[in-house]
Amino acid sequence: MLTVEEIKEIEHAIKLVPYKKAASVEALKVVQEHRRWISDGSLRDVAKFLDMSPEELDSVATFYNMIFRKEVGKHVILVCDSISCWVMGYENLRDQLFSRLGIKFGETTSDGLFTVLPNCCLGTCDCAPALMIDHDLYKNVKADELNDILKKYS
Amino acid sequence: MERPLTQHIRKDGRPLTLKEYEAVGGYQALRKLLVMTPKEVQTLVKESNLKGRGGAGFSTGLKWSFVPLDAPKPKYLITNADEMEPGTFKDRILLESTPHQLIEGMIIAAYAIQANISYVYLRWAYKTAAQAILTAIDEAATSGYLGKNILGSGYDLEMHLHIGVGRYMCGEETALLNSLEGKRATPRAKPPFPQVSGLFGKPTIVNNVETLCCLPHIINNGADWFKKLSLTGDAGTKIYGVSGKVKRPGAWELPMGVTLRELIEEHAGGMQDGLKFRGALPGGASTDFLVEEHLDVKMDYTSVAAAGSRLGTGTIVVLDDKTCPVGFVENLEHFFAQESCGFCTPCREGLPWVEKILSAIDSGAGKIDDLKLLEHHTKFLGPGNTFCAFAPGAMEPLQSALKYFRDDFEKHIHEHRCPY
Ligand SMILES: Cc1cc2nc3c(=O)[nH]c(=O)nc-3n(C[C@H](O)[C@H](O)[C@H](O)COP(=O)(O)O)c2cc1C
Ligand code: SF4
Ligand code: FES
Repeated sequence: MLTVEEIKEIEHAIKLVPYKKAASVEALKVVQEHRRWISDGSLRDVAKFLDMSPEELDSVATFYNMIFRKEVGKHVILVCDSISCWVMGYENLRDQLFSRLGIKFGETTSDGLFTVLPNCCLGTCDCAPALMIDHDLYKNVKADELNDILKKYS
Repeated sequence: MERPLTQHIRKDGRPLTLKEYEAVGGYQALRKLLVMTPKEVQTLVKESNLKGRGGAGFSTGLKWSFVPLDAPKPKYLITNADEMEPGTFKDRILLESTPHQLIEGMIIAAYAIQANISYVYLRWAYKTAAQAILTAIDEAATSGYLGKNILGSGYDLEMHLHIGVGRYMCGEETALLNSLEGKRATPRAKPPFPQVSGLFGKPTIVNNVETLCCLPHIINNGADWFKKLSLTGDAGTKIYGVSGKVKRPGAWELPMGVTLRELIEEHAGGMQDGLKFRGALPGGASTDFLVEEHLDVKMDYTSVAAAGSRLGTGTIVVLDDKTCPVGFVENLEHFFAQESCGFCTPCREGLPWVEKILSAIDSGAGKIDDLKLLEHHTKFLGPGNTFCAFAPGAMEPLQSALKYFRDDFEKHIHEHRCPY
């Protein structure tokens, strides 16, 4: 079931486009904003609201890497694995992060706090290597700073 | 040296408010614009020789002229702010620091094609930019620069911010349109071109952030002034960037046509101590390598093309002599294999194959015939064989690496290990 709040936000998105289906990406964003990820149940609810089949909406949802179709932790860590960061030490940073958290890409810590994912160029290549945690961008990240960075999230 | 696009950027990086932007001449171009005819604006921009800064370098004025001016409403103007080309970070600077400059540029472009609806298509990762743009759109609307009957001219323009949800392909302009329509971001067949049938089937122009930011200055100062900013035949300034193991990575607005050497040695401070320059991608991941013999190439569309590459986004990624060129290209092809939209077979199947071969070579398991296979792919995924420009772009760094760093590939294969 979509909440009243979610419905209000999706309806606002629909107003800006010529037909309902065109708001599908926006609608998925709205629901993910509230629920962190898009479960099969959420997907069906959104599809119904937009008069789409769940399959059709899923073909959209699974195309975009920032729509999460699997459950993610409270905080999502995105590590830039593109070229400038690779040159500047991405692999070491990644390995340190893995061993600090005890997980690999695509996994979530057992306390549900962090999910770590690789990500394409974050657009801050002159300050490589870089990573993002939720809305926060970290530049020129050194492996020995990871502890202090992670401490900020609970 | 004039730096029209970046001279007013604040040191602390905070975006210029509307008042601050007006105090340095902001929205004066808009006033001039509204007494010109759309055709006059198109002609002026055509004469200025402004070429699209999104990578392809097509004449902006010419592109606009394909929009049927008398087409029924609505028409659309879209800013491509999806910046995701690995190694590219130039639009971010403009978006975060001078959002009103972009908005004024968008109004100019929209007026030139008589569009009444405009979008900024922004990538999700640019959180600071999103806030800056939202605030700026609000301020502009409150002051009568956006909305109905702009400054009493009878011209209407609404503006929306759309934030994407990932995927490099969203930057390709027809895929961007599909994405805005709530579909998978796969490209569309051309023709029909978006100028005739774009967003929701209506005439649409998609322009890059940096392209649009040039427009207020062209309206204010004229076509000749804009041409004279450049050192070469390609007009204007350019926001160049350098990343990799140089002393001072960064981005700088400079006259179009400075040399690769000047960018690396002067602006980026040269290579880090103990390292030598081996090569560079001149304009993002999908451009051919330039090497030492090209250091004096002028970084404009024409000269970089003559040197066998493309200016692309003008943001340079440097390869040094202690970094493995095979690993470098493997990283690029991993990106491309992952970001392929999967719509056409050569790209969907070919890129993962290329990545696997490179990974085998890098780990010492490559065979000498693998180089032939890679070469075959550079042709098979080249221009004309795939549905969009993505796969040919992916082949550019590979084909030039095979040419310039062939010894390194062979050494990996003969020694069964990475020599770096
Ligand atoms: C795979 C691919 C990705 C692209 N990504 C971008 C991008 O992120 N930003 C951009 O401005 N242009 C991008 N382009 C180029 C656009 O298709 C289009 O040419 C450009 O936005 C037009 O603007 P301009 O004429 O002002 O350069 C991309 C092209 C391709 C093939
Ligand atoms: S070339 Fe690649 S990105 Fe372009 S349409 Fe084909 S599969 Fe998609
Ligand atoms: S390559 Fe990592 S931010 Fe651009």
